[in-house]
Amino acid sequence: MSDWSRAASAHPAEDLALSVETLSGNRGLQIEEKLIFEQDSWGHCGVDLPEPAPFRSRLGGLDRQGAIGLPGLSEPQVVRHFTRLSQKNYAIDSGLYPLGSCTMKHNPRLNEKLARLPGLADIHPLQPISTVPGALELIDTLAHWLKTLTGMPAIALSPAAGAHGELCGIMSIRAALEARGDRRSRVLVPESAHGTNPATAAACGYTVDQIPANVGGRVDRAALEAKLGTDVAALMLTNPNTCGLFENEILDIAAAVHATGAFFYCDGANFNAIVGRVRPADLGIDCMHLNLHKTFSTPHGGGGPGSGPVALGASLAPYAPLPWLVHGEEGLELIEHRTGPAERALGRLKGFHGQMGMFVRALAYMMSHGADGLRQVAEDAVLNANYLRACLQGDLSGPFPGYCMHEVLFDDRFLKDTGVTTLDFAKALIDEGYHPMTMYFPLIVHGALLIEPTETESKASLDQFVTVVKALASAARSGDTARFHAAPIRTPRRRLDETAAARNPVLRWRPEPLRQHAAE
Amino acid sequence: MLQKEIPMSSLRFTTEHEWIRLEGDLAVVGITDYAQSQLGDVVYVELPEIGRQVEKGKEAAVVESVKAASEVYAPASGEVAEVNEAIAADPAKVNADPMGEGWFIKLRLADPKELDGLLDEEAYKRFVEGQH
Amino acid sequence: MRYLPLTERDRAEMLGAVGVDSIEALFTDVPDAARLDEPVDLPTAKGEIEVERLISRMAARNVAAGSVPFFVGGGLYRHHIPAAVDHLIQRGEFLTSYTPYQPEVSQGTLQYLFEFQTQVALLTGMEVANASLYDGATACAEAAMMANRVTGRRKAVLSGGVHPHYREVCETYARFVGFELLAQDPAPGGGENLAGLVDHDTSCVVVQNPDFYGEARDFSELARICHDAGALLVIVVTEILSLGAIRPPGEMGADIVAAEGQSLGNALNFGGPHVGLFATRDKFVRQMPGRLVGQTVDVAGRRGWVLTLSTREQHIRRDKATSNICTNSGLCALAFAIHLALLGEAGLRRLARLNHAAAVALAERLGRIPGVNLVNRTLFNEFVLQLPRPAAEIVEALAVKGVLAGIPVSRFYPDRKELANLLLVAATEMVITEDMDRLEQGLREILS
Repeated sequence: MSDWSRAASAHPAEDLALSVETLSGNRGLQIEEKLIFEQDSWGHCGVDLPEPAPFRSRLGGLDRQGAIGLPGLSEPQVVRHFTRLSQKNYAIDSGLYPLGSCTMKHNPRLNEKLARLPGLADIHPLQPISTVPGALELIDTLAHWLKTLTGMPAIALSPAAGAHGELCGIMSIRAALEARGDRRSRVLVPESAHGTNPATAAACGYTVDQIPANVGGRVDRAALEAKLGTDVAALMLTNPNTCGLFENEILDIAAAVHATGAFFYCDGANFNAIVGRVRPADLGIDCMHLNLHKTFSTPHGGGGPGSGPVALGASLAPYAPLPWLVHGEEGLELIEHRTGPAERALGRLKGFHGQMGMFVRALAYMMSHGADGLRQVAEDAVLNANYLRACLQGDLSGPFPGYCMHEVLFDDRFLKDTGVTTLDFAKALIDEGYHPMTMYFPLIVHGALLIEPTETESKASLDQFVTVVKALASAARSGDTARFHAAPIRTPRRRLDETAAARNPVLRWRPEPLRQHAAE
Repeated sequence: MLQKEIPMSSLRFTTEHEWIRLEGDLAVVGITDYAQSQLGDVVYVELPEIGRQVEKGKEAAVVESVKAASEVYAPASGEVAEVNEAIAADPAKVNADPMGEGWFIKLRLADPKELDGLLDEEAYKRFVEGQH
Repeated sequence: MRYLPLTERDRAEMLGAVGVDSIEALFTDVPDAARLDEPVDLPTAKGEIEVERLISRMAARNVAAGSVPFFVGGGLYRHHIPAAVDHLIQRGEFLTSYTPYQPEVSQGTLQYLFEFQTQVALLTGMEVANASLYDGATACAEAAMMANRVTGRRKAVLSGGVHPHYREVCETYARFVGFELLAQDPAPGGGENLAGLVDHDTSCVVVQNPDFYGEARDFSELARICHDAGALLVIVVTEILSLGAIRPPGEMGADIVAAEGQSLGNALNFGGPHVGLFATRDKFVRQMPGRLVGQTVDVAGRRGWVLTLSTREQHIRRDKATSNICTNSGLCALAFAIHLALLGEAGLRRLARLNHAAAVALAERLGRIPGVNLVNRTLFNEFVLQLPRPAAEIVEALAVKGVLAGIPVSRFYPDRKELANLLLVAATEMVITEDMDRLEQGLREILS
């Protein structure tokens, strides 16, 4: 390994170059780009539209008066503006994105091409159903793939994201309990769970009881069973869990949950570890949301859109939200109201039918991989994470013994007495050209670092990452704290003042007040 | 910044890291130095209305930092007589002087004997050390 | 397999480094009863050619809106999207980036979201907007829940003019989150007495403008009545383009605006993904759900942006969160922002005029057909026609003639016989004279 960590100080000219400001504030390909409102461009238009012939307005006198305040730019200006913005972003296309439980896998471009076919993108959910048989076929095909992979008999496709899917699942559970006259007040959630789990349960009127982890990083079964009772509606478990470990006692846990008449909800964020190798139905799960934007490669898009379908067991299927797609006598039927088989359906959770654009992408992904390829996805995901664990365990500190699944968890004991925190370590990683791993989650270990490489990283990519992480760990232990505390220094912006942002929120651009008239 | 002399005898603490001390016929409530250091920079506080009845152990106020939001529980029951608008205007005071100028509310106590069950300064110090 | 970089040699080396003989050793925690030894019963891997063929075949079975005269609205509208939008959103740094939790390497996303928040606030005439929600319907439900939090009350009144899907979503949330929803009967042609339903237990009144039937109204008086009773006014907008022509909710006294942004930058996509818009007054900002981008400086004193006020959100407050929302609609918000940046103020107003002109012309033509009556007094780009017979069969008959004439209101309200003859018709800038000819001609033929 070359001693690149000292390369900078061996070349004083480089140091100098870095410290001298440019005249424009730009730095090579990094351009300082103002807001569109600050480009002093008003009244122009980047879209050529005809003016309508004169006509009699029927707005009833409600015409909008006064300026809206929007700027006007030509197409070249707009393209340049957003291109420059894009160049300040890290992305999967740029490099490894080791965020735990986010499954930042490659987003295949075939998916983008197919989602844009006019026959799929340019159809309206409310045009006559007879004019969109192909859309129903596609949704049905997707449903079939997801039901087969999960082993569950039904799937609710309308939730718009993972958290929305959780809401759907808990609402279905509550509906099922109410239908049998059983009002329960509590939901059990492991302490290691993602924040959406307790938020969802609380939103549906449940009190949340937290279950601690055992020394092996799995949920403490004894503690869980002690909390079970006839007032517990459900257990919400993530499997594999947020420490990257498979809940090995899951069958016994499912049995205990069911014995008290409660439901077993599974957060499917980590399905990538077991897809094609394990069916959640076989684990005793009643209800599981999937993240099409995690396991099934639909793009994260800077924060959305996602899609969170919910696989449902037989006891919950009658309570799935509308609309339903069923196999009727004359083929596929879309049921939009609580009639026939959908009598007890939960109402709607979203307008229209669901995130069709994400369905197309996910189906293209699944067809491309096939049953055999999806199985390989899980295996490579798990292998990649264990390879990182094996390579890094000597330098970083792992809280739990044994192999991991698709993600590996470290804590901050390896940084003890170095003066470098998990946060500092992550910021230094940014300067090395990597987006940091998930930090400070799960909460059950101190200063957590959760790394999920996914199956679309090559061995070479992982080896490069290992080299950098080992070198940073070594630098921290050898007292090179300046590197960490100042980091990142090579990014479009350095560390930002989040306290000031929250104390005095500035959440939009506002025009400068006009200069006061001298006479005033 | 001068720290006010706090009469040692009436200062009490809760296991949720609130403090309470008597000041005339009112009881002043705030969060401890340990609490503010755990929270990080305080960015916002939500104070109750004057006249509101609070119950011992139940939420009386909310304190938010960049990374966490926390309930401030009433160490004793009573009626909110005053609130500290200064920390609403400048939440940083909670970090700078949590035991003095960073106070949250003043209560008219329903039952002053409720303070007897709380930790004194020594006991609180031991409690905090035990947390690590 | 083209998306999996590991070779067999890589796998062997890596298994060796891990210290196991086979991948099975890494799955030993899986109970035997749940272990699948074979791939599941689904087709095996396919190359691009085959996948494209299979999905294209499904696509080809659908009648694309652009291939026929098209008048379907009902909360989603077919507009022209400038070519630059789709190219820009497919830049890998936008498409394949994550939520901007590491602001130093996400200034692109954070800046466009800050611009988006500003655009939404300006359009709606409100003070502050968030970085988007899933869609208009969930935004509507979130608005009612926010009004509950702000007022400390739990009774929301919902106008019969609100989109039926939005009403249904509100009903679902009301049932499970635990608040009362007084949903009024559908009201084509108006006639509701919402003011009479406002009392001191009301958290908000939710209205839509233009309403589901296309009617535009001034809600300033209703706003006053709400405020006098300590309640909030929520205005829903399903056709965001209307704000290029109509007085915005902020100028009518709205406290919260919940809207659908699909009309700008986003294709119909058979119902999703779209983009929910949410705006309110500064004094309520800490009760607003969803992500928020705020301006700040870095350690070198340069202006930058970060996600802020996140303590309201699930990942910090956990069971005390204002809502459980995790995602915004990132890329759809970007498409909206780019489209609106290209249009600018002048372009937006002209586009709105084109829409209104098309709808006015079409309403006039169709209203002259014997037996057909225009219900609307006002309209923007959508209106309701009263037909002499049930609209559903007429829409089907017109579809057979190759014209997608609109939506029968009975599709939303199958049990309400009094609405069976109503047809909801939209006309955007994409409608040409020839399309209108075919619709008018087809309708005349079917009704004669």
